[in-house]
Amino acid sequence: MALQSLDIIRRSATTTPSPSQRQTPEVAKLIDISKCIGCKACQVACMEWNDTRDAIGTNHGVLDNPMDLTENSWTVMRYAELDTDRGLEWLIRKDGCMHCAEPGCLKACPAPGAIVQYSNGIVDFHEENCIGCGYCITGCPFNIPRLSKKDSKVYKCTLCSDRVAVGLEPACVKTCPTGAIVFGTKDDMIHHAEGRVADLKSRGFVEAGIYDPQGVGGTHVMYVLQHADKPAIYCGLPMKPSIGGTVGLWKGAAKPLAAFALAMGALGAFLHYVTKGPNKVSEEIEKEFDDEK
Amino acid sequence: MKNDPKKLLRYTPLERANHWLTAIIFMLLALSGLCFFYPGFYPLNQFFGGGVWTRIVHPFIGVVMAIPFGVMFFHYRQPNVMTPTDWKWLSHVREMVGGDDRNMPEAGKFNGGQKLLFWLLVACMVLLILSGIVIWRAYFSFLFPVAVIRFASVVHAVAATIMIALIMLHIYAAIWTKESIAAMLYGKVRRAWAKQHHPAWFRQMTGGDK
Repeated sequence: MALQSLDIIRRSATTTPSPSQRQTPEVAKLIDISKCIGCKACQVACMEWNDTRDAIGTNHGVLDNPMDLTENSWTVMRYAELDTDRGLEWLIRKDGCMHCAEPGCLKACPAPGAIVQYSNGIVDFHEENCIGCGYCITGCPFNIPRLSKKDSKVYKCTLCSDRVAVGLEPACVKTCPTGAIVFGTKDDMIHHAEGRVADLKSRGFVEAGIYDPQGVGGTHVMYVLQHADKPAIYCGLPMKPSIGGTVGLWKGAAKPLAAFALAMGALGAFLHYVTKGPNKVSEEIEKEFDDEK
Repeated sequence: MKNDPKKLLRYTPLERANHWLTAIIFMLLALSGLCFFYPGFYPLNQFFGGGVWTRIVHPFIGVVMAIPFGVMFFHYRQPNVMTPTDWKWLSHVREMVGGDDRNMPEAGKFNGGQKLLFWLLVACMVLLILSGIVIWRAYFSFLFPVAVIRFASVVHAVAATIMIALIMLHIYAAIWTKESIAAMLYGKVRRAWAKQHHPAWFRQMTGGDK
């Protein structure tokens, strides 16, 4: 949710241009997993800024708390312990919306203006237009949107679009005590990430790399991974996320074409009627049943 | 006229009531479903109280439709069994559409086209109910993996398109074939009509040519 914007480049279920006079630089949040200590300050800051509160849950014997994203917890830390030849590696990933350049949620959404993408790359839900169908959940390659039981609207990370719009960094970035989360233009963030990757490689993490998956056109939340060749070890980060063929088929050109075909069918029926005439009982048979008349 | 004793009973009052009930529910179902089909149809949600209400009621209308449709299926499945004559009828359908029915094999109570339509509608309805359950986010989607939900979304859209096309065909066939709408409204048909369009059924009903 955010204020009115003049920099909308994509709007769900809308086939005409959206207000797009204002151009803004493309931004990105970079999460350097090698610097994360799992303090959850970002989770707290997120709830503080957005004024959401999750119900107090139960301890499941692990650090993950809550166990999954919810309509109130738009970001959660996911903890993976890994035995390697270097010893124990603790891979802590801050999970949340990746703000895809080609967002599957937006493509799937049937409600006009319930999901928008700004020219700075942020993908935002406008809950007042949301009808609660959950198609965004079906379209998302990262399993991010959560449907609220309270109001049947979907919620997710906004990348603090309201803060970014007035020149502030997202709340999680502001609060991160180790500098594991940084924010800036996408170009700057890639540049920064390249420096971090080179540093990690010099320390023996030969497969270190940037996670900016091109299957969704790149993302506006990127990771620096120590093991970029195996994203799945970071609590199931997908290797090659994409909107996918099924969603493409479901939301692509087939539907307007099908609607057109139905209209042509109706036109064909009309033309058939006026050219061939109605299918009536023949005169011959009518004569046989003169008594009926 | 309507109560002419020489007329033949084609549809009983219960059959007629059930048919029109199904038809009305189908219209509501198609209009509400089209809202989510393509943005151009989204304004149809105004008939149902807005986008959120349309999302809420559409699946329930589907559940309601399954009842009279199910009744129709069990009632009509026997008379709609395809026979070799029906396939032959279908192979001549181009002549029929062209306006010449002199070479058409004799149709029974239902002709080959009507029977094929029946089975295609049944197939669409089954697919729509099954896929509809999978994509019913409020109650069932959490039971299925996302790949299944995506597949069901496609199945639902494809089956709905086909079913709408079939119903359009059904409606046009009824408009084109004079007196058949009255048959479904009032139940009885003239003997001449029966002999013209369903000769085998006519003989079965009258035991002869007249």
